[in-house]
Amino acid sequence: MFSIDLLLDAVVTGVLLGCFYAAVSIGLSISFGLLDVPHVAHPAFLVLASYGVYLLNDSYDIDPLLAGLLISPLFFLLGLITYRLYYESFERRGSDAAVRGIAFFFGVAFIIEVLIILQFGVDQRSVTASYIGKAWRIGDLRIPIRQLVAFAVALGLTVVLSVYLSKTFMGRAIRAVAQDEEGLRLMGANPVRIKQFAFGIATAVLGIAGALLIVVAPVEPTLDRVYIGRTFCVVVMAGLGSISGTLIASIILGVAESIVLTMFGASWAPAISFALLLGVLAVRPQGLLGR
Amino acid sequence: MQRSSIAFWAGAIVFLAVVFAMTQLLQNEYPFFAGYVILQFVVLSVAWTILGGYAGYVNFGTNAFFGVGVYTAVLLVQAYKAPLGVQIGVAAVVGSLLGLGVGLLTLRMRGIFFSIATIALAIVIETTVTNWRFVGGAAGIQLQRPPVTAPFDSYVKMLFFVQALLVVLAVAITRFIQNSRIGRGLQALRDDELAAECTGVPTLRLKLLACMISGALISAGGAPAAMYVQYANPDSAFNLNYSVSVLAMSLIGGTSHWIGPVLGAILLGTTQQYLAVTISSEVNVLVLGIMLVLFVVAAPKGIIGLVGKSLRSGDRA
Repeated sequence: MFSIDLLLDAVVTGVLLGCFYAAVSIGLSISFGLLDVPHVAHPAFLVLASYGVYLLNDSYDIDPLLAGLLISPLFFLLGLITYRLYYESFERRGSDAAVRGIAFFFGVAFIIEVLIILQFGVDQRSVTASYIGKAWRIGDLRIPIRQLVAFAVALGLTVVLSVYLSKTFMGRAIRAVAQDEEGLRLMGANPVRIKQFAFGIATAVLGIAGALLIVVAPVEPTLDRVYIGRTFCVVVMAGLGSISGTLIASIILGVAESIVLTMFGASWAPAISFALLLGVLAVRPQGLLGR
Repeated sequence: MQRSSIAFWAGAIVFLAVVFAMTQLLQNEYPFFAGYVILQFVVLSVAWTILGGYAGYVNFGTNAFFGVGVYTAVLLVQAYKAPLGVQIGVAAVVGSLLGLGVGLLTLRMRGIFFSIATIALAIVIETTVTNWRFVGGAAGIQLQRPPVTAPFDSYVKMLFFVQALLVVLAVAITRFIQNSRIGRGLQALRDDELAAECTGVPTLRLKLLACMISGALISAGGAPAAMYVQYANPDSAFNLNYSVSVLAMSLIGGTSHWIGPVLGAILLGTTQQYLAVTISSEVNVLVLGIMLVLFVVAAPKGIIGLVGKSLRSGDRA
């Protein structure tokens, strides 16, 4: 029943899956991890991006990854607007506003979910591309090409963002605002504008992440609910705001899910990320590589 | 007894008398069918406010407590053919234990971490129930209603009356908490947990107590739902829609006074029933979401905040 081959298969699938989880979580790692915005609507934005990609692919036959790139600027704008609204309504008003900020994003997530249902219905949607449906064989191991594509793009995205945050001027400014907002203000910079820009970047990344989501598997409007667990699990486990931690945590989650899937069946899969999240929150709230 | 208490209990007795008279006089079952849901949301919203409003811990896991209530009832019916009263009572006990568990697990968490942990708990419990054959697993389970007892001539009417009793119970407990040391302690820990702890407020015990009472009431309010629909499946019993509905109802009503969630639940519950019948259940969640966002942005203190403001400006005029 259980063999080394099966375990190896599960680990390989898990690593591929994990890198994909890093791509969908990295935006949250910036918005929640660095900027402390309780962005519960992050997975809803992700699913929204997938539907945008679906629309472009279905009507104009554009490659899903290119479509993701095309909608990224729109998501950048969406991010700017969302942060501005959040800042004006909650962050500026102080302590009690935090509670309502959480409720705000929860409400936004539900609005997006229902709008998608009203527009596209509850059926699953998928995209077409030349690399979807084929597989690569190494001995007994069978790896779908779509997962390899997602793996490569996700890894590239993580590296690019990591370099952006540590090497460029704006990236360093974003990390500075996360470390000491008051200090930045005293230096004559405007922390709110930096945070708004960072939130825009975090949301723009979702364009590509959403493309990966629909390349890896078909999407449905309520898919964001499972991804609340996955993305927050990754970001909290990583240690808030740690980009390299995000990659490690994603791979841990991917391998854990894949092993449980192989051993106990698919019906237990949704609980893995949430159970890991609960465990991390209870035992080590600062995460693996906490700041 | 203070004058406000006399007025409160007189109001509660009149409310129950009217509900009872309705069950005896009205023949049409529909008002009870719709009314049950509204009363159920009053119980859930008032119970949610104890933790979410007074203590400032935003619980996204209303569906966990609700579903646990439903499945406690299912289990008792399946295993022992237990009567409704026992189902509700045991659900309350299980709900309070779950509340205690949530409280202990989230001791060091605040804000968004607490909220995410409660969603996580809901999903973990839902998955466990989905994989539990005895209570029907993912496919769900059909339930047979026992014959209805006098003075009621239909089971739905009886459930309506029982839910009205739970409303009175939930509001009375919440009102008691609000006016007692417990409520003031919870408000102190909401405003500044560290300062409250330093001035001798037993924050840990109060938080655990709030989790237990809130959880017990939500589970008790959910227990009769098994018999109401005569069917239970994990997907609907643990639906996240319960969480967003209750959150919206409480925040839209206003969480500084028990009347807030009552108003919010009646207002939104009625709108929901109307929209679900006339348009669709999707539009009804949309309206709920939009109202929630509008209120938290524009009217932070909810309806009671708006009314209070106009009353105060009326005094000055």
